[in-house]
This record gives sequence, C-alpha cells and structure tokens, in this order.
Amino acid sequence: MNKMQVKIEEARAKGKVGLIPFLPAGFPNREQFWKEMEELDAAGASVIEIGMPFSDPVADGPVVEKASLKCLEDGINLTWILTELKKRKGQFKAALLLMGYLNPVYQYGLDKFGADCEAAGVSGLIIADMPLEESQFVKDAVEPHNVALVPLIGLNTTKERMRLYADGAQGFCYFVSVLGTTGQRESLPARIKEKLAEAKEVFDIPVALGFGIKHPDQLKEFGGLMDAAVFGSALISHIESGHSSDSFMEPWK
Amino acid sequence: MKKGYFGDFGGQFIPELLMPPLIELEEAMKTILPTEEFQTRFTNMLKENVGRPSAITYCPNLSKDLGLDLWLKREDLNHSGAHKINNTLGQGLLAKMMGKDVLLAETGAGMHGVATTVAAAMLDMKAVIYMGATDVVRQAPNVGRMRLMGAEIVAVESGTKTLKDAINAALRRWLSDQETTHYCFGTAAGPHPFPTLVREFQQIISKEAREQFMARNDGNLPDVVVACVGGGSNAIGMFHNFVPDESVKIVGVEAAGTGEPGCYSSAPIDHGTDGVLHGMMSKLLQTEDGQIEPSHSIAPGLDYPGVGPEHAHLDAIGRVDYTTINDAQAINAFKTLSRREGIIPALESSHAVAYAIENREKLQGKSVLVCLSGRGDKDLGILDQIL
Repeated sequence: MNKMQVKIEEARAKGKVGLIPFLPAGFPNREQFWKEMEELDAAGASVIEIGMPFSDPVADGPVVEKASLKCLEDGINLTWILTELKKRKGQFKAALLLMGYLNPVYQYGLDKFGADCEAAGVSGLIIADMPLEESQFVKDAVEPHNVALVPLIGLNTTKERMRLYADGAQGFCYFVSVLGTTGQRESLPARIKEKLAEAKEVFDIPVALGFGIKHPDQLKEFGGLMDAAVFGSALISHIESGHSSDSFMEPWK
Repeated sequence: MKKGYFGDFGGQFIPELLMPPLIELEEAMKTILPTEEFQTRFTNMLKENVGRPSAITYCPNLSKDLGLDLWLKREDLNHSGAHKINNTLGQGLLAKMMGKDVLLAETGAGMHGVATTVAAAMLDMKAVIYMGATDVVRQAPNVGRMRLMGAEIVAVESGTKTLKDAINAALRRWLSDQETTHYCFGTAAGPHPFPTLVREFQQIISKEAREQFMARNDGNLPDVVVACVGGGSNAIGMFHNFVPDESVKIVGVEAAGTGEPGCYSSAPIDHGTDGVLHGMMSKLLQTEDGQIEPSHSIAPGLDYPGVGPEHAHLDAIGRVDYTTINDAQAINAFKTLSRREGIIPALESSHAVAYAIENREKLQGKSVLVCLSGRGDKDLGILDQIL
C-alpha cells in the first residue's frame, strides 16, 4: 500500500481527517521552506504536497501563482527539489507528493524523474494539466518506482470517468471542490456532497477534498464523505503574513 | 484513448475539469457542424457579413520590382480586417447552437478579440475578451473597437502580460464558467478539438485561393504558397488545400523578433523544442527546465512562444518549410507593399510578404501566393513610434 494511503488511514483510525498541506518548493525562500516542511510534518500532516513551480500554472489562482513565480525567480527547479529531498530522505513522517504541470517533468525526463523521486522518498505525483486520456505514459514511467499518480477529479467528472480514474489508482483521490482555480472561498458549492458520495462509492482509496479550503469548520458538513483535506492558498497567505506553519495547523490538530 | 494528434503533436493536456466542455465541443462538432442548418447559416454569414469570397490580387508593381509573380489572398478585406472572422463566426454559431450565451476569447493583436466581439454581437451573445496588459496598450484601436461593440475587456497583468498570459487567464475563466460560456479559441493551437475546429473554419482560405489562382492562371497551381505563423491559424487555413499538391512549395514564416542575439523570438519551430503548453504537445520556446520563455515580435499576433500542433507535424514530415523574418524585414515589407501597391498589410502578414522580398533571387520567375491575413491600420501606432 502506498505511504500516502497508509498515513491518511492512520489519521482516520484516530477519528481524524488526513491533513494535506501544499507549499511551493522553495517558498517563502530556500532555507525557510525546509523549516516550514518540518513544522508541517511535526504538526501531523499525513501528506505534504510540494509544488513544482511552473511559469504558466493555468489551474492555480493568484496566491499559488504568485508564490510559484517567486520561487522560479529564486531559481527553484526540479533538480534542486529532488536533490534537497534526497538529502533529507527518511526525515519526514508524512508522505511526500510532488504537484505541478507536465512540461517541467517532461523536460526533466520521465524515467529519470521516476527514479529520482524514489531516491528522494517521494510517494506521489499530481500533474494538474494531464487528464486521464494523456496519463498513461507518465504512469508507466513513475509507478515502477513506487510513485503513485494521484487522480484529480471534480464536480463535473462523470461517474463513468471516475471509474476509469479509479482503475488501478493508488494513494488517494484528489477531489476538486469548485469549478475554478486554487484559492480560498467563503463557501463551497452544495453539489459537493452528492459528487463526493459518488467518488467514495467508486474509489477504494481515500478521497481528499481540496481547492478553497481554509478552515476545518468548512469540512463539518462533509463528515464521512471525505478522508482528507488539502489546503494551499490559505497556508501560503498565512506564511506570507509572517506567521508559522505550526500556528496554521493548530486548529486542524 | 488519446485523441487529436498530428503525428507526435497535439493531444489534450488540460486539467480534468476542462475535459467535459472539450468532450461536449467535440460532440457538437460531430452532430451540429454537418447539419444543413449550420452549414446554410454559416455560408450565408460568410457571404453577407464577411464578404467572402475574398479576392486574390495580382501585384503588378512589386512583381516587376522583384522579378516574380506576386499574388495576395486578401483576408485583409474581410469584415473586421483579418482572417480571424472566419473562425469566430464558425465557433460563435456552433456555440449558439450548443445553447451557450457567452463567447470568451483571448487576443494578442486584438484582431481575434474584435472578430469574436463581432460574432457575439451578430449572434446576440456576450463577448468577454482577455488581453495581456502590454497588448492593451500596443493595440489601443482594437480595444476601442471591442468596447464600442460591447465586449467586456479584461487586461491581464500576470506573467509577460502578452498573449500566452491572456490564454492562461481565459482558460481559468472557462474553468469557472464552462456551463454558459464557449471558449472561442483564436488559433489552430490548444487542446483537441481546437486545432481541428479552427482549421475547419479557416481552410476556406486555401479552398478559395486554390480555385481563384487556377482560374486566373490557365489551371496552373502557384509555385510557392506563403503565410505567417504565430499560433498558425491563417497559415493552416492557407496551407490545408495545397498540402496534397506536391508541386507546390509551402512556406511558413515565423517571427525572428529583433534578430539580434539574446532576443526572444516568436519562432518555436525554428528555435524551440518539444513540450507541453496550453493543452498541446508542440514546439515551444522554453528553458532546459521546461519553463516557458517570453517571446518577442513587433507583430503582436505572432508574439507567442508556441505553435499549433499541425504545424509542428508538417515541419516534422518536411511538407512545409518554416523560416523566419525579423522585425526590420517585416517593417520594410509593410512600407514596400503600402507604397508600391496601395495595400497596408498587418505587421503579422508583413512577415509573409517579406519572405518574397528577402528571397527574391531564388524566386525569380516563380508565382508566389501570399496570404495577406490582415490589414495594418491597427499597427500604425506601433509604426509611428519606430518610423
């Protein structure tokens, strides 16, 4: 069983929702990024999503885009991310996942990427601009290295497509809560419940809810329909305003 | 399961949340496009509103100067001033018949934005146009036209503030508004089915040009067919019906920017490598790390770091020769065609005209048919700053 699934199910066994924070690699700067990673890990994150910065992040809202572009300006690239992770392999209790867009991964070389992820202790991968139809060649390259390609589905994904995504899926399923980009929202669409129920029925791995999540109170009405929560923009804004990851995680503990 | 490939290029590299509207669009192409109702309405709009068929024009003075027979396919004579209207009316009508009421578009030079706004007005739809903040300044006359015709203009301040960022922002808007909105993609690029859909609406350029040229030249085909290539919609339209004609040399002209070392060009086929952007696997200007490079051309409509996947394929199989023209050569062509024939070409189209001028020695005695994709009134502001 993939480490991401193990960690989320550990949280569930304690009656908790799995916590999946997202931070762009190298944010807010190279040194502090690792301090934030350590705090997120110590605060009980099940999976930590590390963003691979890309110049044209079409699925991201303004907060993640701005943070990612800043990381690019600071020279963050996949070589840095994987090299630094390799140095710290085994230091994190949480499972590690890389999230980004296909082109940087494609240029890095898919086979090398899979092998280097394994060497760096990365358990999962999300490619935001790669639907089911285009995913096989990436899956073939990373799965032999025990890196799961996490399916990303949403409110407009039919049950039929969910089934295709679920076939052989590992780790967890990422359910996008809104038709839109990443970023905090005051309220979430009412349709989520019905679609989450469908996803829970189709996937036999944990289902995580992400996009627009900023506080645990938002999740109360989804009890039993989700296993984990993903939060990125709210965490980035919190760090940008001078606070620590640890204090952000406090209400989630 | 993979769809929409031209050889190794194309595909659907977009977030899962955009797959349903793309599947819906693909379905509409199969069920609505072939109907008599669509075809009749579309043909009538092209005739009555666009002014099709557009002329082909022989250029006697420039032909004499250059020692070749120069012909122009006059997309600049279309209503709204460029080839873009063929595509926007087609997509607009399709969207209307799909039950959408908003046309969303990105634009660089502004011509696609204007054409989308025209289509929206004609079809009683709303137009929402995304444009890089830099291009809003560079193409002020077109911004004015769009506003006059009722479009909502969104100036995009992120990234390089040009076409690629306008596309990113428009894709984000489409994510949210997909139920009511059709993304009227402006060029033969992007995720499947856009490259095929746009070619379907633009191939009328070469259908007409081929028939018109043969009618004027005793049934003979031109020796050379030329078009400028940004995303590549006028070019794919101009090339499509000549591709099977083996005797016809086909030339695509990319923008070399200033031509100076270190300048970001807009020539991904000549200077780029394989990669994924805006939903397609194609040729891109990018760093070794896969970050997209900013592009540069004096012609805003060519200022794009990618190219439609069918062009990447036509290059890979050697059917089309892709070459480059720089800003100075394009400006020279802009002035030359204006003075010698009384036709002011768009800066984009000037790159294609410049090919004939710069290569006149090897084209001696040949017939050269150039797609004049748009008119240059919109570019006088840019030229005022330079000349």
